[in-house]
Amino acid sequence: MSKKAQSYWKVNLKYLAILLSIWFLVSFLFGIAFAESLNQFNIAGFPLGFWFAHQGSIYTFVILIFVYVYLMNKLDKKFDVYEN
Amino acid sequence: MSAQIWTYLLVGFTFFIYILIAIVARAGSTKEFYVAGGGVNPIANGMATAADWMSAASFLSMAGLIAFMGFSGGQYLMGWTGGYVLLALLLAPYLRKFGKFTVPDFIGERYYSKNARLVALICALFVSFTYVVGQMKGVGVAFARFLNVPFDTGVLIGIGIVFFYAVLGGMKGITYTQVAQFCVLIFAFTVPAIFISLQMTGNPVPQIGFGSKGNDGVFLLEKLNQLSVDLGFDAYTSVNKDNLVNMFFITGALMFGTAGLPHVIVRFFTVPRVKDARISAGWALLFIAILYTTAPAVAVFARTNLINTLSNAKYEDAPSWFKNWEKTGLLTFEDKNNDGKIQYVADANLNELKVDQDIIVLANPEIANLSPWVIGLVVAGGLAAALSTAAGLLLVISTSISHDLLKNYLRPDISEKGELYAARIAIAVAVVAAGLAGLNPPGFVAQVVALAFGLAASSFFPAIILGIFDKRMNREGAISGMIIGILFTASYIIHFKPQLGGTGIPDDFWWGISPEGIGTLGMLINFVVAISVSRLTTKPPKDVQELTESIRTPRGSITPKNSLH
Repeated sequence: MSKKAQSYWKVNLKYLAILLSIWFLVSFLFGIAFAESLNQFNIAGFPLGFWFAHQGSIYTFVILIFVYVYLMNKLDKKFDVYEN
Repeated sequence: MSAQIWTYLLVGFTFFIYILIAIVARAGSTKEFYVAGGGVNPIANGMATAADWMSAASFLSMAGLIAFMGFSGGQYLMGWTGGYVLLALLLAPYLRKFGKFTVPDFIGERYYSKNARLVALICALFVSFTYVVGQMKGVGVAFARFLNVPFDTGVLIGIGIVFFYAVLGGMKGITYTQVAQFCVLIFAFTVPAIFISLQMTGNPVPQIGFGSKGNDGVFLLEKLNQLSVDLGFDAYTSVNKDNLVNMFFITGALMFGTAGLPHVIVRFFTVPRVKDARISAGWALLFIAILYTTAPAVAVFARTNLINTLSNAKYEDAPSWFKNWEKTGLLTFEDKNNDGKIQYVADANLNELKVDQDIIVLANPEIANLSPWVIGLVVAGGLAAALSTAAGLLLVISTSISHDLLKNYLRPDISEKGELYAARIAIAVAVVAAGLAGLNPPGFVAQVVALAFGLAASSFFPAIILGIFDKRMNREGAISGMIIGILFTASYIIHFKPQLGGTGIPDDFWWGISPEGIGTLGMLINFVVAISVSRLTTKPPKDVQELTESIRTPRGSITPKNSLH
């Protein structure tokens, strides 16, 4: 792999690591593992842990994908691998 | 007009539209039949993917399931949406760059092995067939209610309709029909939810409404918690501590399974470019999220209404929907203490009311006294959900047979026309087989869906991920990983599912993990085995390493500017 392709791939992997950590955090941790503690907090009528399990994690998932699309489109242009 | 007439009108009208689209957009070539020519707009593809994904189970059963599970129901909500993040970030763009038709195509070429392709093919067939049988059951339930016919007749009618429209369409026809079906199903799901939310909380947005105060000034969730506790159930929003590990694993199995399901993955072969594959997954999840964030609201509304309407009500005063559903056998009342009243409580010995979770969504508009046209709309939506998913799955089955088995395995010299013809025959046979299976063992079918997700998670997901992210991964590693992952997962599920002939009891679950969640462990085992074996065996050939590099960038291979290219 050329140097350039390697650095493109490295940046991609960095994005993936960050975004997938958030993915894990909101669902497996906030929505399941820590849900009971979070349930002590009440936001807009929802116990917070319950809200993450039934609503919040889904909204976060959608946002994560669109953020990734935005980041990668920029990266593709920067490394000149953008498709027209 | 009565609900019955509205139902006929709306179902008839929507079917007319689907058939019209299927005829206009019918497939002429194998590329159109398999991947809709590879030129579908990302937003349209997102809608089609959403319709493909949201099955009769999502539309009809999920809200009901959550209504009876409370907090733990979140495993389905997170599990069936979180997989799209994995798809968008880890799979879709690279598989699009790879640019073939099917998952076995990828496995076969990346692992330079016909046997790997065959293993992938068998998994794809099994997973898709299991799924489509479940859809046929959904069609049967919806038709049975709508035409007031027995369940069996409902399934037979369903077979007839899917037969006509899937054989004709191919992926091109199916994709554009699914766009229409998405609009119907999402409208049908949200409209009653909006009405009920307004009625119960004064807020038109169900997602906010179910956290708001009801008409009596008490927060709806607090009220439901109180009602549940009074009847002996757990509070609706409370965390079931004994079940947390299992919930963790089930959520994982559903997410990784989603990202490994062939009928979902193939959707990302239909868009023109790599960046379209990424954004297409985003649109798909956005459209799916509309239903998946509304469903928990519907669950809370329905459960509250159900308790308020029926708990300790006199049987003879029960509303008309109650009597209607009693006829189908999906709702039963047994007056154990002969007081003429309906006791709905947690204690199984005293409880007199059984409500099948499948009827909650269909009965919800009636329970909330909505206009008759809303009831018709919900039936049309349920049918749209079942038909769109069935069609997508049937396509994967026929592609597996005509493309992966016939063209790439048995008879490579087959002509394009012959392959298309074979694809149509395969789809026709699959419809009939799935319908017949749907008639028979309903319990069996519900159980094998767990198997479908478990197998997808423990076989395809690691094999594809490693094929993209691990250049060193070779044939030996991938095949041994897949086989051990599958064998482990399948044996665990079969051992602990009495419906599949298993003798295990829940007390013996490993770390409390039920068969629905074991796919997560199977996936981890697959990863460990594949990586270990690959490091002990020879590197993959040079051209395969180059293939792995080339799918990592959207356009061509990266070369310096001003070079001769």
